[in-house]
Amino acid sequence: IRTIYVGHREPPPGTEAYIPQRFPDNRIVSSKYTFWNFVPKNLFEQFRRIANFYFLIIFLVQLIIDTPTSPVTSGLPLLFVITVTAIKQGYEDWLRHKADNAMNQYPVHFIQHGKLVRKQSRKLRVGDIVMVKEDETFPCDLIFLSSSREDGTCFVTTASLDGESSHKTHYAVQDTKAFHNEQEMDALHATIECEQPQPDLYKFVGRINVYHDRNEPTARPLGSENLLLRGATLKNTEKIFGVAIYTGMETKMALNYQAKSQKRSAVEKSMNVFLIVYLCILISKALINTVLKYVWQSEPFRDEPWYNQKTEPERKRNLFLRAFTDFLAFMVLFNYIIPVSMYVTVEMQKFLGSYFLTWDEEMFDEDTGEGPLVNTSDLNEELGQIEYVFTDKTGTLTENNMEFVECCIEGHVYVPHVICNGQILHDCTEELFFRALCLCHTVQVKDDDSVDGLKKSQLSRRSCIYISSSPDEVALVEGIQRYVFELLEVLSFDSVRRRMSVIVRSSTGHIFLFCKGADSSIFPRVKEGKIDQIRSRVERNAVEGLRTLCVAYKELTAEEYSKVQKLLQNAKLALQDREKKLAEVYEKIERDFILLGATAVEDRLQEKAADTIEALQKAGIKVWVLTGDKMETAAATCYACKLFRRNTQILELTTKKIEEQSLHDVLFDLSKTVLRHSGSLTRDTFSGLSTDMQDYGLIIDGAALSLIMKPRQDGSSGNYRELFLEICRNCSAVLCCRMAPLQKAQIVKLIKLSKEHPITLAIGDGANDVSMILEAHVGIIGKEGRQAARNSDYAIPKFKHLKKMLLVHGHFYYVRISELVQYFFYKNVCFIFPQFLYQFFCGFSQQTLYDTAYLTLYNISFTSLPILFYGLMEQHVSADTLKREPSLYRDVAKNALLRWRAFIYWTFLGVFDAVVFFFGAYLLYDNTVVTSNGQMFGNWTFGTLVFTVLVFTVTLKLALDTHYWTWINHFMIWGSLVFYVVFSLLWGGIIWPFLNYQRMYYVFMQMLSSGPAWLGIILLITVSLLPDVLKKVLCRQLWPTATERIQVKIFFILKLVFCITSL
Amino acid sequence: MKNKTSFHPQGEACPSRCPDNSAFKQQRLPAWKPQLTITAVLSTFFLTGMFCLSVGVCLILSANSIKEIQIDYSDKCSDCSKLRENSSNWNKECHCSVNFTLKEDILGDVFMYYGLQNFYQNHRRYVISRSDAQLLGRNVNNSYCAPFTTYQNGTPMAPCGAIANSMFNDTVDLFYNLNSSVIQVPLLKTGNSWWTDKNVKFRNPKSYNLSSAFAGTSRPPYWQKPVYLLDEEDERNNGYVNDDFIIWMRVSAFATFRNLYRRVRRIRQFADGLPAGNYSFHISYNFPVTKFKARKHVILSTVVWSGGSNPFLGIAYVVSGAAATLAGFIITAIHLKLRKRKTYFQK
Repeated sequence: IRTIYVGHREPPPGTEAYIPQRFPDNRIVSSKYTFWNFVPKNLFEQFRRIANFYFLIIFLVQLIIDTPTSPVTSGLPLLFVITVTAIKQGYEDWLRHKADNAMNQYPVHFIQHGKLVRKQSRKLRVGDIVMVKEDETFPCDLIFLSSSREDGTCFVTTASLDGESSHKTHYAVQDTKAFHNEQEMDALHATIECEQPQPDLYKFVGRINVYHDRNEPTARPLGSENLLLRGATLKNTEKIFGVAIYTGMETKMALNYQAKSQKRSAVEKSMNVFLIVYLCILISKALINTVLKYVWQSEPFRDEPWYNQKTEPERKRNLFLRAFTDFLAFMVLFNYIIPVSMYVTVEMQKFLGSYFLTWDEEMFDEDTGEGPLVNTSDLNEELGQIEYVFTDKTGTLTENNMEFVECCIEGHVYVPHVICNGQILHDCTEELFFRALCLCHTVQVKDDDSVDGLKKSQLSRRSCIYISSSPDEVALVEGIQRYVFELLEVLSFDSVRRRMSVIVRSSTGHIFLFCKGADSSIFPRVKEGKIDQIRSRVERNAVEGLRTLCVAYKELTAEEYSKVQKLLQNAKLALQDREKKLAEVYEKIERDFILLGATAVEDRLQEKAADTIEALQKAGIKVWVLTGDKMETAAATCYACKLFRRNTQILELTTKKIEEQSLHDVLFDLSKTVLRHSGSLTRDTFSGLSTDMQDYGLIIDGAALSLIMKPRQDGSSGNYRELFLEICRNCSAVLCCRMAPLQKAQIVKLIKLSKEHPITLAIGDGANDVSMILEAHVGIIGKEGRQAARNSDYAIPKFKHLKKMLLVHGHFYYVRISELVQYFFYKNVCFIFPQFLYQFFCGFSQQTLYDTAYLTLYNISFTSLPILFYGLMEQHVSADTLKREPSLYRDVAKNALLRWRAFIYWTFLGVFDAVVFFFGAYLLYDNTVVTSNGQMFGNWTFGTLVFTVLVFTVTLKLALDTHYWTWINHFMIWGSLVFYVVFSLLWGGIIWPFLNYQRMYYVFMQMLSSGPAWLGIILLITVSLLPDVLKKVLCRQLWPTATERIQVKIFFILKLVFCITSL
Repeated sequence: MKNKTSFHPQGEACPSRCPDNSAFKQQRLPAWKPQLTITAVLSTFFLTGMFCLSVGVCLILSANSIKEIQIDYSDKCSDCSKLRENSSNWNKECHCSVNFTLKEDILGDVFMYYGLQNFYQNHRRYVISRSDAQLLGRNVNNSYCAPFTTYQNGTPMAPCGAIANSMFNDTVDLFYNLNSSVIQVPLLKTGNSWWTDKNVKFRNPKSYNLSSAFAGTSRPPYWQKPVYLLDEEDERNNGYVNDDFIIWMRVSAFATFRNLYRRVRRIRQFADGLPAGNYSFHISYNFPVTKFKARKHVILSTVVWSGGSNPFLGIAYVVSGAAATLAGFIITAIHLKLRKRKTYFQK
């Protein structure tokens, strides 16, 4: 428990023992490093990554024991990687420092000796009394003391904390709400006792003791409604006073701050698995060689012949120590099989590759002038692996640009131009209807004056911008605004009640209660009016995909009103369960309405939404729509955007159905329907006739979902979930309506964690979609929710851009990175396996096959750039084809290119090539002359020969896999071969003064001057490439993938066109 | 236009904020898109096959003209090998001779090699035990030569290291028995090493004469004479630049290897090579090998453009050429079969 002295005034002596407490200042530190600890801390962080740690160990082993390769060979690449990462992280941290400084130096007003003082935010201390003006964010967690509003309330939006953009009401402490200026505030003498800071945003327990003139203090409980959180913004309230209770890193926002949980892509996971496999291979290789070494050495004439004696210390060394050192030395010798450079290349490929997304002009939206944004490049390839798309409806599928379509009053239908012409409004009900619409909202007029939003009607003639949390209202207000009423009470909107009411007194003195809300919440509360006509109209509108609102009213007598007022007052002043009590009172008041009518507002579909959804479905992606809207509206939108087609059989899992049957029965019925078909379905997919099969669409609502998600009493929880998942899996489209934001995330999580672990994408535009976006593997956000856009991984301007993003960019990214990963492992198998084989011929003495320079540069410069640029440029089919043929997306689904089969193929190809290199060269060398002048070659020439074959084969293998040869590819592939030759000539051309050995001197030139060496190199390259080419050709002929069929088709079309034009 | 895409039409109406419409950024760089068409594939396979077959046939034909004689003399001088097993006899001389008959002439340049089997010159401990700086004539005291760096009294070895210490020191002379007269076949002992090794990589320390250049150093323990006496007749073949020494210092890739020892000087009777007849090797047997089960050979061989007598290259070319051609036929067969079914190319 902490005790805070408001305004730093100590309580009257003798009240309680005075325990001085120290609190942190109000500095927010989101940065990880300081100038001083950057180097050690960053190094520590980096070496916590398993790969880096492995390389560090290898490097240290090389430093400590006598190993065949110099420490430079692994130290240099490691240093490079570490430096690049450190620079990147340092830069990011510098940006954070800047942001922190901006926040910490933000000016804050607070009271000191009865005067208002401006200070930097970071100097704020616990106990200071702070003044916050409208639209400012709170600088720390405050206890709300008083407000400029009469009733001691203020409105707050917590969009940046929990994503809820609606205004929340907070209440000032009763005893202090009358203090309105600095002097009064300064005179306040109080202490606050509260719990130690804890991260729950909605929980707070405390007590305030206010001392009046040395009397016994009045104690009052404090709850979360008295607490204003750092990060929230003050709205509609001129200013408030509050006392700081949690500052700096102890604020609830800071406690809740955590770095976005890192999402790891499927490719990265496979990569790590492969790494472990290779690590095992590495260890077993080292073990085999160590054992064989000692077996081989067991004969003394081999261990130490006269020509090759050991040094004294070597002889004396303990056998086990020797064996262990040998093991480590073998590890070092073979460590290149797990290349450092792979991590660098993958990172670079992802980072640079993501620019192609942002550069894409087709994904640039001219209306808003914005293009796509990439917040994490780590997930690029995941875009090509999406199996489920969860999309929000309003604003994502639709424009979120409401247009007033019609209203229905007393069963008569009116369309906009009629209203504008002012021909109506003869009837009393009609007048009432529009009055209701005018009055019953919380639309605020954005104007220069500080306006109390509820008196806006006077300003109606001016051109104003209306803002509101609900877009429906904006449209309505723009249509109709007239009357002057005196506002008595607001029964504000909430998503549980799905309605709001106002109580007004008209100029004639009558008191009305107007209520507006969703049809489902209004109709049960209506007792008269033309219910049936209006209901049928509402239902028709809903089916057409219009958003409907019902309006009702009732007249209150003065007595009734005073009763209502009392109830409300009591509820508002309640100290505990205020929300609950208010809801009860609202429930009591809002009943026995007279139905006035209904409005319909259209939210048009975004352009090409239907086209996009169709393409996604063809690509084998399941599209789910998650919306808060009612079923009929949402279903209509789904039909409009072709999520449901005419032949789609709709399955309903709604509250209504569950009321009729039990949940159990409904679920079993549905699963029976679906599964009966899936038996024949599997056969169909084999014959490729998937278009003809019956597809199902499921509609589920929030209430039904929560029933399914609720664990059952009998402990067999998860049973329904499995069943539900089974049904969903067999439905091509699912619509979830009436979803709360949290439920959206729940659904995503449910699918994500189901047993196939499908890869999910969530797209949404509002703050209510943030939780689902964070949950999904890939989150995409439209442009509406800008403040939440940073929570997404990718941001695109329009829904239609999703198509290109997934089908083209995602597909490309995936194909590119999977080839990159496989190729990296392949080329290092090719590189290291000959080294392993060589040990069998050199007495397991860890003699290297290649020179140190080759060992170091192989991964860094001889073979790195071609694959990097392949990873950036490759287009196995053209972008247009990918877009036109969404079904190609299925070719790479489920991580197809990184399956075990593919991985084993690549590994075996590597082993085969390595065997060809090594034994080819061995047989070529076989105790004969390889020159035309009778001179002999030594071991370094042998190694160089193998290495030359290796570099050429590996590069040409990539060339064979390249389908898209731009000048950059040509430059990189041929360039790196030329570079290898030039480097070798240079490396062997000079007696290097700083080296203690000159073993490579003229080795490369001598090799090139020998005819048989050339013939051998050409032969070995051909032999190692042929099987792969043959396999490719045969697979293409016998089992072509869809992509390959398309490639052939397009080629022939092009040829045809060419023939025609040439004629 | 067959394989090339045209440039995407540039300069479309686009607002200024729009991203740069360059071909690179839009991933529309003009590119060559090779297609695995049946013609391309088949021609590749058949051409590769033909190429390999023809090269292979050429290689085999040319390799036929190579003559090679290899004589294992490790046991033929059995007394010597026994003598050398005891290292205390290091300064006792031991000679033996090996007779052989050439049934036909060996024409052209004839090279004489010594071959060692089971001698692990590529053992790492051995490979690193040398000092290239010392061999460059620099006066450095090196620790790279362990365990043959210095004697216990501190005198450095020149040349140091295990490789130098174990230098092959048999001498082999070739005699031609013509009508009971014995003619020594003239052999060239220089020009056998790489030119760059001889002239750049190996240099004697600078001094007015060779023995003073190596003053203060001592011969390696297994050597019978100091390095400046390797070839007393030829100043330019003495010390570190001795051809036999240079050749020995280039360690072999495998435990079985041969090094160029001498070339037949083509004068007089030997102007065309070695005529048929009876020959004998006179060997001064110094190099002990029996202890570690190694063998010693002496080899006479000619060389053609494709190297020495190794059938591997030719056979490998023929086999891979045949394989490529066969693959070509298989692909053709599959293609024809599939085309009948009309499922392969869906036009």
